[in-house]
Amino acid sequence: MSLVLLILIPLLGALLVWLAERWRTGFSRVLSLAVLGLDALLLLPLPHQAPAGELWWLQFRADWLPNLGIGWHFALDGLSALLLWLTLFIGALSVLVSWREIDQRVGFFHCNLLLSVAGIIGVFTALDLFVFFVFWELMLIPMVLLIAIWGHENRRYAAIKFFIFTQASSLLMLVAILGLVFMQYGQTGVMSFDYEDLLRLQLAPTPAFWLMLGFFVAFAVKLPMVPLHTWLPDAHTEAPTAGSVLLAAILLKTGAYGLLRFALPLFPAASADFAPLAMGLGALGVLYGAKLAFAQHDIKRLVAYTSVSHMGFVLLGIYAMNDLALQGALMQMLAHGLSTAALFIIVGMLYARWHTRDLRQLGGLWSLLPRLSGFTLLFALASLGLPGLANFMAEFLILAGAFQRDWPITLVAMLGLVGAALYALLLVQRSLWGATVPDAKVHDCSPREWSVLASLAVLLLLFGLHPQPVLDLVQRPVAAILAEPPAPNPGGTEPLLQRASMERLP
Amino acid sequence: MTAWLGWIPALPLFSSLVLLLVGGRLGQRLVTLLGVGSVLGSALLSGLLIADFLAEGAAVTTRQLPWLSSMGLEVAFGLYFDGLSAVMLGVITGVGLLIHLYSAAYMAGDEGYARFFGYLNLFVGAMLLLVLADDFLLLYLGWEGVGLCSFLLIGFWYREPANGYAARKAFVVTRVGDIALAVALLIMIQQFGTLHIQTVIERAQLQWLGSDWSFWVALLLLGGAVGKSAQLPLQTWLPDAMAGPTPVSALIHAATMVTAGVYLIARTQGIFLLAPRIMELVALVGALTLFLAACSALVQHDLKRVLAYSTISQIGYMFFALGAGAFSAAIFHLMTHAFFKALLFLAAGQVILSLHHEQDLRRMGGLLRRLPFSALCFAIGCAALAALPLTSGFYSKDAILLQAYGLHGGSLAWWLALAGAAVTALYSLRLFLKLFFGEAVTEPSPDMRPTLVVPLALLCLLALFGALIPQPLGAVFAPLAATEVPAAVHGAILIMPWLGLVTGVLLWRYGRGFRQRWSDSALARSWRAGWGFDALYDGLLVQPLLLLARLNRKDLADRPVQFVAWLSARGHAWLSVTQNGRLRRYAAGIALGAVLVLTVVTL
Repeated sequence: MSLVLLILIPLLGALLVWLAERWRTGFSRVLSLAVLGLDALLLLPLPHQAPAGELWWLQFRADWLPNLGIGWHFALDGLSALLLWLTLFIGALSVLVSWREIDQRVGFFHCNLLLSVAGIIGVFTALDLFVFFVFWELMLIPMVLLIAIWGHENRRYAAIKFFIFTQASSLLMLVAILGLVFMQYGQTGVMSFDYEDLLRLQLAPTPAFWLMLGFFVAFAVKLPMVPLHTWLPDAHTEAPTAGSVLLAAILLKTGAYGLLRFALPLFPAASADFAPLAMGLGALGVLYGAKLAFAQHDIKRLVAYTSVSHMGFVLLGIYAMNDLALQGALMQMLAHGLSTAALFIIVGMLYARWHTRDLRQLGGLWSLLPRLSGFTLLFALASLGLPGLANFMAEFLILAGAFQRDWPITLVAMLGLVGAALYALLLVQRSLWGATVPDAKVHDCSPREWSVLASLAVLLLLFGLHPQPVLDLVQRPVAAILAEPPAPNPGGTEPLLQRASMERLP
Repeated sequence: MTAWLGWIPALPLFSSLVLLLVGGRLGQRLVTLLGVGSVLGSALLSGLLIADFLAEGAAVTTRQLPWLSSMGLEVAFGLYFDGLSAVMLGVITGVGLLIHLYSAAYMAGDEGYARFFGYLNLFVGAMLLLVLADDFLLLYLGWEGVGLCSFLLIGFWYREPANGYAARKAFVVTRVGDIALAVALLIMIQQFGTLHIQTVIERAQLQWLGSDWSFWVALLLLGGAVGKSAQLPLQTWLPDAMAGPTPVSALIHAATMVTAGVYLIARTQGIFLLAPRIMELVALVGALTLFLAACSALVQHDLKRVLAYSTISQIGYMFFALGAGAFSAAIFHLMTHAFFKALLFLAAGQVILSLHHEQDLRRMGGLLRRLPFSALCFAIGCAALAALPLTSGFYSKDAILLQAYGLHGGSLAWWLALAGAAVTALYSLRLFLKLFFGEAVTEPSPDMRPTLVVPLALLCLLALFGALIPQPLGAVFAPLAATEVPAAVHGAILIMPWLGLVTGVLLWRYGRGFRQRWSDSALARSWRAGWGFDALYDGLLVQPLLLLARLNRKDLADRPVQFVAWLSARGHAWLSVTQNGRLRRYAAGIALGAVLVLTVVTL
């Protein structure tokens, strides 16, 4: 029951928050924080209720449309729990960073924010594919509104682009879900959208490949994977700070989560065949994202493209399909969520002070805003993968795992580390160093801003030096994802698999 | 005593944390106390540990704190202390302490005083982790950490855009090497499932004998080493790194960080010895670097750039020694070089301060009487650099050339190293003459600042007598078999510096016209520009990358999407023409359509 409450609280809270703003100005902010806090309190004791050794800590089942085999099926494991923590934490930060930035339709803003969070929590816990799809859509609409209403100058364009991209791709996923369910119906005579039923399904290679592709494309757009990433820079850049933070830190993770939860376990053999291509696309994303980040003058766009680069690592790690790489990919999801959220928050703070995002107009901030500059430096270093911070741990594990699967592709992806140094240090050099901007009447971090950034910094450092809790949390789910040995596809793409082994290195 | 080992890196790290977080609010005196005091603490502890080690002589390992443990990989924070670590520890904390003392006076009054000491302490902490690490991942943390501090300190005076570029260049170029190192780590994980340094080397010696793995891993480790130690082909960042404050150049870009590559190869010698071809490559890289950089040092106009090229060249000697198999000679030279190069840099800093931040040798001269103490420091430093007898540099360079000859005879690399010795003496003399003789151009302020004198005086002593410091490397490196070196060879080694000096004196005295012509010649210009490596990389890598960035700033992958959007907008426009509300058009459309349909039907 507490699983349902986890979703219901923000869902109902969203309506309440909307009303609360009419009652008293600014009340919606406090109330949103309270709603998210309540959710976190609910989540807190769940790990201790988990039966020892079981994958699922707790499950919830109820009928919805029994004729069609659709039911409310939610479950929580370490993977979901990690992402739920991230969601609630980032959700709270989004409220905090909008404190001054959002001053119009404040109630409706927070309503959308909480609705989106509710949808995301649903996505991370739903185990019925139909319910999953419902939440997948639910998290999207409020996000589009956040961009379209509270965004920057080009917000309409960005919102529509974002909407069309994700709608088109989720349509593919819907088709794939239906295809999967009909196959199951054909084999067993029982219609079911339930994850655990569908897991047992035996598929012939060809339909499995096409269905897998449907899921893959939907999730790859969200991730985003090059070349399906072009919605991201626009959406991230035009969204208000909270929107960018939510998008980068959590929404992108739903794509990776989908790959891990559905694409890999449902189609193990097809995924294994597809893995070399997916890893290649991941490596391509690492380099292409870094290159584009390096070229940007708009600081927010720069940060947006770094996401493309970092999520390329996630794709690489997921399709390396071994323990090290998968744990690394999950670590990367967490680390990227924290560090990119921090960078977007900083961009928002700079924008609030200078009303520009153009790096050519910024410079010399160190002498004006030493504290904010210190944070900027730290998060830029996290982004370039400095050892001691969580992002390094993640990338290192991914590379260590991927290297064992396919070393040439991994080496290509590693060139992205030079790219990361280029764009991250360029950011530091252009914004913090150099001649001081003329308009110097600004104040350094306020206590609210300071505590937001400090909390992110502490977490990044903590997980960089002590990643074990996270690794332990996801160890069981990762083992479950990899449990089904990727049976080699007879005929098919055998040479690809062989190429993936290490034997070519002398 | 080992329980204290962890405190040696922890003290400066903790102090840097305090300084970076709240340093701005502390007074200058408190900052000095923390910044210098923490390194003093580390130095004292290191001294005690080293004394202990010399008495007992066994390598020790600290307790391992788990860092991460995943399927197929266990990594822990642990420290390892043996003779090699002892030497490195002595150099880092000893020379580091003197440079910190010097910095307290040199940087006094700078607005970023606390930030400077914060970075400098962070550097010392990271460097200590690097040399004490028991695990390659911890070593890598220190490795990247010192790179970061180098970046931050080169760009310390951040208002000047050129400093920022130099800082970024240093970090990016060394990161190319870092990636090679990281790949080596990935291979170790794949092969052994561990990154524990001693275990990896033991297993490598058991399993990699005669396999190609040792070749690749040694090559990749060398890649990391050439990046950090500014050797060919990744040497281009070091001369630009001189943009940082002079104490930084002394500590990071002469005495400690740039020798990390030497340390890495010495630490993993067990792997290198399995790959004889890579050993030859190391020697060749070192010899080429030392010779090319010595030539470049000969023609620089900037005081600090002379010293930078000289550093590249001297580290080249260490690489040459490593490649030849003379490991303890390489570490010996690492130590003496740290002494005399730190002395030269700090003395140069004093000259630069006295001349009101003048660094151009062409606007210096005749300073002998005006800056007598600096002249003394330079005389000792240059003599040690030129390897004149009775200085520390003499013993270490002699050891390198002798042992290398004993091991391999007169290879090409060896002859380059021998010739380099003459060029080294020549440029040392040129530097000294240009600074202290000839006509006075700029009037200096006096140089005897007491706070600067103490560290300089101590470094003078070390540069002279540092060779007497014992090096407990017997258990680390296998002893070399005693070989006979022909007396003629030994004589040649001894004569080379004097050859350079005599040439220098003759040129100075009688060759004014020649020097003028030479200085403007194409060859000298190319040497001055570091043999054109910068231009080469600029044309080959930097410009294409920038061009690519410029051309594709708007993301080509978005074009198809834009095209779809454009197409639907056009389609919309065309179709909406059919519904513009004009009755006549509708009628015409209906008529035309009817005619068309009728035609089709009747035909």
